[in-house]
Amino acid sequence: MSHFRADVRQRAEELVALYPRRRSAMLPMLHLAQEQDGYVTDGAIEEIAELTGTTPAEVRGTAAFYDMFHLEPVGRYVVGVCTNVACLLAGGEDLLEHASRTLGCAVGGTSEDGLFTLEETECLADCNIAPVVQVNHRYVRTTTPEALDQLVTDLRAGRLDADVPPHGTLIRVRRNGGLRVEREELSAERAAARAARDARAATEAK
Amino acid sequence: MASLDAPRIVSSRSEFADSFTLARYLATGGYEGLRKALTMFPEAVAAEVDAASLLGRGGAGFPAGRKWSMLRKSPVSYLVVNGDESEPATFKDHYLVERDPHQLVEGVIIAAYALQVTQAFIFLRGEFALGLERVQQAVNDAYDHGALGRKIFGSDFSLDIVVHPGAGAYICGEETSLIEALEGKRGFPRIKPPFFPAVTGLYGEPTVVNNVETMSNLPWIVTHGGAAFAALGAGRSAGTRLFALSGRVNRPGVYEIEMVKNTFRDLIYDPALGGGVVDDRPVRAFIPGGVSAPWFGPEQLDLPLGQDEVGAQGSMLGSGSIVVMDDTTCPVRAAWRITKFFSRESCGQCTPCREGSGWLERIMYRLEHGGGRAEDVDLLLDLCDNIAPGLTWPPAQTTICVLGPSIPSSIKSAITMFRDDFLAHAHHGGCPHD
Repeated sequence: MSHFRADVRQRAEELVALYPRRRSAMLPMLHLAQEQDGYVTDGAIEEIAELTGTTPAEVRGTAAFYDMFHLEPVGRYVVGVCTNVACLLAGGEDLLEHASRTLGCAVGGTSEDGLFTLEETECLADCNIAPVVQVNHRYVRTTTPEALDQLVTDLRAGRLDADVPPHGTLIRVRRNGGLRVEREELSAERAAARAARDARAATEAK
Repeated sequence: MASLDAPRIVSSRSEFADSFTLARYLATGGYEGLRKALTMFPEAVAAEVDAASLLGRGGAGFPAGRKWSMLRKSPVSYLVVNGDESEPATFKDHYLVERDPHQLVEGVIIAAYALQVTQAFIFLRGEFALGLERVQQAVNDAYDHGALGRKIFGSDFSLDIVVHPGAGAYICGEETSLIEALEGKRGFPRIKPPFFPAVTGLYGEPTVVNNVETMSNLPWIVTHGGAAFAALGAGRSAGTRLFALSGRVNRPGVYEIEMVKNTFRDLIYDPALGGGVVDDRPVRAFIPGGVSAPWFGPEQLDLPLGQDEVGAQGSMLGSGSIVVMDDTTCPVRAAWRITKFFSRESCGQCTPCREGSGWLERIMYRLEHGGGRAEDVDLLLDLCDNIAPGLTWPPAQTTICVLGPSIPSSIKSAITMFRDDFLAHAHHGGCPHD
């Protein structure tokens, strides 16, 4: 029994095929698992291990290293407020505190209705619109308490679903092209091209 | 007065709302550099980049041409683009991947051709959800356009590009750590030597790792020639550069300006650039190149924005991000927050970094929040000295990668410049500004 839904399983297999070695599909596949389940579940870990040729312990150990992967359930919307230096100078700490009151959960916690998880993030690389707030890794550009409250109201009402897909944080655009050629064939082709260039260079030198 | 006559090389399409689309890209000279490159010998393309004196734009400032020349000859080699922009207050690659993804993709194809690599990866921060979509869309469009894939534009060169998402780890900006992440592992930096992935990189094969902005310069360099690029700037700092300006300025943002010909004061005060400090307050300190860089004070405002010019003054231009602090900024708080960042992001492999960053963060915390002691100031310096012995610049290293020796930068700077503030925190039992 596959843990991934059929369409997700197909995308996972496509990911494996992209890389010279299948373990390289680890991070994108963990993102994919979060898209399906909201967090990285035990079932997904088993299946990713099978698909990447690793063990569940290796998958869990890898996932645990990265901040974006949640090994426990989180809210439908993960709200991240940056307090790193550029945002600190713009009042990031106050905005984080305000967010905690508005959402009714501590930093790192999830609201009782399971809708929101609040995180204090490190720099999100959007420092000209500080303090930076992301929801499910989408920049929402709400720098004031009032704007943040409006954002929360809109999210609760489902008005931002197009801009902020629930856990659909990544890979909404799928790869549709690609090279499907054996590496040996490419190497041979490259060698032939080099020989042709060398011949051309020799002619030009004469 | 700021010198703003230089051409916009990587931000030329910023006025267009649809700057990220293939249609706009083609209408503004897109993929012409690649077409030209494909008529040249690969070595000649590399020679143009070498002639351009393009210094890597990721932070270390290593000459891109020289990096390429170190690629070990091998049947299989890779090109990996570092778009894991996570150095605090750096947001220029974010700008490039969202606003001009085709320029990046074209740069990658040109580089791959010059290096004769048939597989490239673009590693982007996982937090760049929109950037990942835009770059993947650009890659898809490039395939449809014939600029990517099998026999590009009818030539004998083929290339595949895979867009790879990171997952939230500052350390993956370190190139060997990024390679580990791309191999599906924890992002632990690799032990050196070998110092360069060009010898042993992805899957043990020779690999060139270049920054997003570095790649984005290539279409212009090939179109206009390396000499035209080298004619901009001065000394080793050729060309223009994207500077990310943030903190207490009126107009924070990403600005592309000519290197060396402009100073920090120009960038911060010119009405077309930073527009001055908020409420016309005085600059108390500024960070010249990302939080790994030692801080500067008002006396360095007239220093040119050049790699060697900044290096000679004991800091670095690094990732090109400048954070301005004014007289409302508590330097202890700023340095504490930066230390907390390093403590969170230390990968944990090396003891001086893993333990040192945590100890430093806790001491800085108690100074800022109450419970600090006057002798903490020297204790901090002593701890810093254990991570980067001698506290010199560039720092000595006791760790596998440069994250460790970056930790002392802000603490040492803040103590050197503002020791009285630290003592006031100790005497006051917390931050006197609160």
